[in-house]
Amino acid sequence: MPASAIMATSGTIAAEPVSDDAEALLALSRAAGPTARQIEFAVPDAYCVTCINAIETGLGRLPQVVSARVNLSQRWVRVVFAPEKGSVLDLPRAIRASGYRTHALDPVADGRQDQALHELIRCMAVAGFAAGNIMLFSVSIWSGADAATRDMFHWISALIALPAIAYAGRPFFRSAFAALRVGRTNMDVPTSIGVVLATLLSLWETVHSGAHAYFDASTMLLFFLLVGRTFDHLMREKARGAIANLARLTPRGATRWLADGTTAYVPAEDITPGMLLLLRAGERVPVDCRIVEGSGDVDLSIVTGESMAVAVAPGASLAAGAINLGAVLKVEAERTASESFLSQMAMLMETAEASRTAHRRIADRAASIYAPAVHASALLTLLGWGLLVGDWHAAMLNAVAVLIITCPCALALAVPIVHAVAAGRLFRNGIMMRDGTALERAAAVTDIVFDKTGTLTIGAVRYIGQASGDPAMLPIAASLAWHSQHPLAVALSATAPPAPLLVEEIRETAGQGMEARADGATWRLGSAPFCGGADGDGDDRGAGPEICLGRNGAVVAVFRFADAIRPDAVSAVAELDQGGKGVRILSGDGPQAVRAAAEALGIWGHAARLSPEAKLADLQAEAAAGRRVMMVGDGINDAPALRAAHVSMAPSSASDIGRSAADFVFTNGRLASVPFVLGIARRADRLVRENLVLAIGYNALALPLAVTGHVTPLVAAVAMSTSSILVVANALRLNFGTDLVRREEPVPAIITAEAVRS
Amino acid sequence: MNGLVILIPAAICLGLLALVTFLWSLKTGQYDDLKGASERILDDEAPIRRTDRK
Repeated sequence: MPASAIMATSGTIAAEPVSDDAEALLALSRAAGPTARQIEFAVPDAYCVTCINAIETGLGRLPQVVSARVNLSQRWVRVVFAPEKGSVLDLPRAIRASGYRTHALDPVADGRQDQALHELIRCMAVAGFAAGNIMLFSVSIWSGADAATRDMFHWISALIALPAIAYAGRPFFRSAFAALRVGRTNMDVPTSIGVVLATLLSLWETVHSGAHAYFDASTMLLFFLLVGRTFDHLMREKARGAIANLARLTPRGATRWLADGTTAYVPAEDITPGMLLLLRAGERVPVDCRIVEGSGDVDLSIVTGESMAVAVAPGASLAAGAINLGAVLKVEAERTASESFLSQMAMLMETAEASRTAHRRIADRAASIYAPAVHASALLTLLGWGLLVGDWHAAMLNAVAVLIITCPCALALAVPIVHAVAAGRLFRNGIMMRDGTALERAAAVTDIVFDKTGTLTIGAVRYIGQASGDPAMLPIAASLAWHSQHPLAVALSATAPPAPLLVEEIRETAGQGMEARADGATWRLGSAPFCGGADGDGDDRGAGPEICLGRNGAVVAVFRFADAIRPDAVSAVAELDQGGKGVRILSGDGPQAVRAAAEALGIWGHAARLSPEAKLADLQAEAAAGRRVMMVGDGINDAPALRAAHVSMAPSSASDIGRSAADFVFTNGRLASVPFVLGIARRADRLVRENLVLAIGYNALALPLAVTGHVTPLVAAVAMSTSSILVVANALRLNFGTDLVRREEPVPAIITAEAVRS
Repeated sequence: MNGLVILIPAAICLGLLALVTFLWSLKTGQYDDLKGASERILDDEAPIRRTDRK
């Protein structure tokens, strides 16, 4: 790698690792026709027709592109291309040239989910068609169709209902069967039994020219249930898609140095210890490795929680997941991907998962009581009528009527519809929810534990002020800083407009600073010794990092930086505090930085320099003490703790592994999401309980009618739809209330040296 | 009764037709990108782009 490539990098930190490689991309694509292949790229920034146009025409200009179509709902573009007409590497380049960030998507996980959703929608369509048409005949029967016509209508209903139920009932039958096989019961068991028995009885009635058939009830039941289930699925699908679209952080591979001095792409799994790898600026460390050549700064914030960049030199070890910030590094792999830091965390996560207190879904708990009660009352009705009245036909009819009227239609809708509405509400506020049980768990939270770096703080340094020197020096320093990628330099150049200064002969010494000649003087920007001062010159209170500006070997100005606290962290923590929740910080960063953040936020409990194992142990101790802890964190080191906590949350800037461990992911960048989620969870919990009471109460009212034989198919149909509508309407109340305000608060709270001293 | 012999099959066939149409539209991906479709209608530059072929 020539040195010019190091200097050519522009002034912004490459937020996304741009490590596309033809082989990696081709591996993600799949065949679409004899010569063409198909691949999807995420385009998280596309939002309007102009974006569609720009991306599609940009791709369409390439000779190898057969078709390109943006999916705006899912924020990806599907490209069909002919590999022999041009490189696959041109595709992401063309998208980036159109001005959009992009990364290739893994098609395997997405495809399977799509199929499940499509099956649900198809089932719903069939059930809806059947219910509608059968209802036409049922209405005619109820309005007095006589013997022959009624029989014919029953037969036609049966003809529609039987195949429809066999087709549309499969999701429920499958799940009920799976539950029964392991000796458990869920909501789908009474549903399936009710539907099957009602259908069989109706068939028997039809064959024997009976007066009552319940085909409409059983198809309508399926339709309602499928609507609820589809909503639930859609919401989760949306959240999953949005999470998948966030930039992928874990490298899939690395660039390898070959013996002849050329480079080649090697997938992460194929890296063996001893292999020489090349790490460019902005790239993530693929496996645990040791630096052979080159020195510079690495960002460990996501690995250890350390908020400041760490200078490294040849011989230093790097953990997988760290980002190389500056110079190109030549490294030697020390472990394979499966033994690296990331994988160790994954193993810790598995043990954490096992120790997590098992949460039983509220719906399953309700089903375990409800199903036996329903089946017992149906059986009693059958025996009661058969033995006391002696009319076994009426007994059978009434027993099935009991099953239908108590069929947990409203009950089965009661929980998922609330969760679906909650997920939609959270989604509109920039929070993704992984599944409904997360909401149930969040409702019981007593304590919140925050990680510091990247969670309470932004995870990037901000310029906070000048410690000494002439304020006029700031623009000069900024114009020097503009040429460097060091995080402090980037923060500095973002603060002040560069001076109209002719900077020439710029050189960057890794781990030291920048040097340039301008206006006949030699300027240096970097550490105090590098600029000509004593070590620790200017500010020795250790509040945060600083850089010096030196002119001709003498320090003329010192600039201070700090990791900025998220703008709304103070108010969010205060809100949690007022809500009676215990708030603590568990951080991997140094004690000084943690104390400064804790004091700025008014948090009493905090612990610093914790290893991932220590965080995990802390949470397990809390859980053993009976506390329900929500963990909010972002780093790789937080992942086991996120998994061990009762419920967990991560910002969208979190590491891959942290995001996948969390139950909620917030993309709005606001910590106010934490109290918001807790508030929604509490309300959802109340609504779920209300809904269960409503549904069960409704059934309890109708049950005596059914037992005494007063429930005709008409009464069953009316009862069923009104209770379902009631439950849905109640769930929609969750949409009332104030949303998170989407504006930045004007003055960001910043950890200052004063906060440290006080 | 005579009327029913024609009307009932007609009603069911129409219903089936709607069902089949819906399943077809689902299968051909018409609901995959509702947001994109609502935006694309504003695009009068390229009525049928070469790249639109499925």
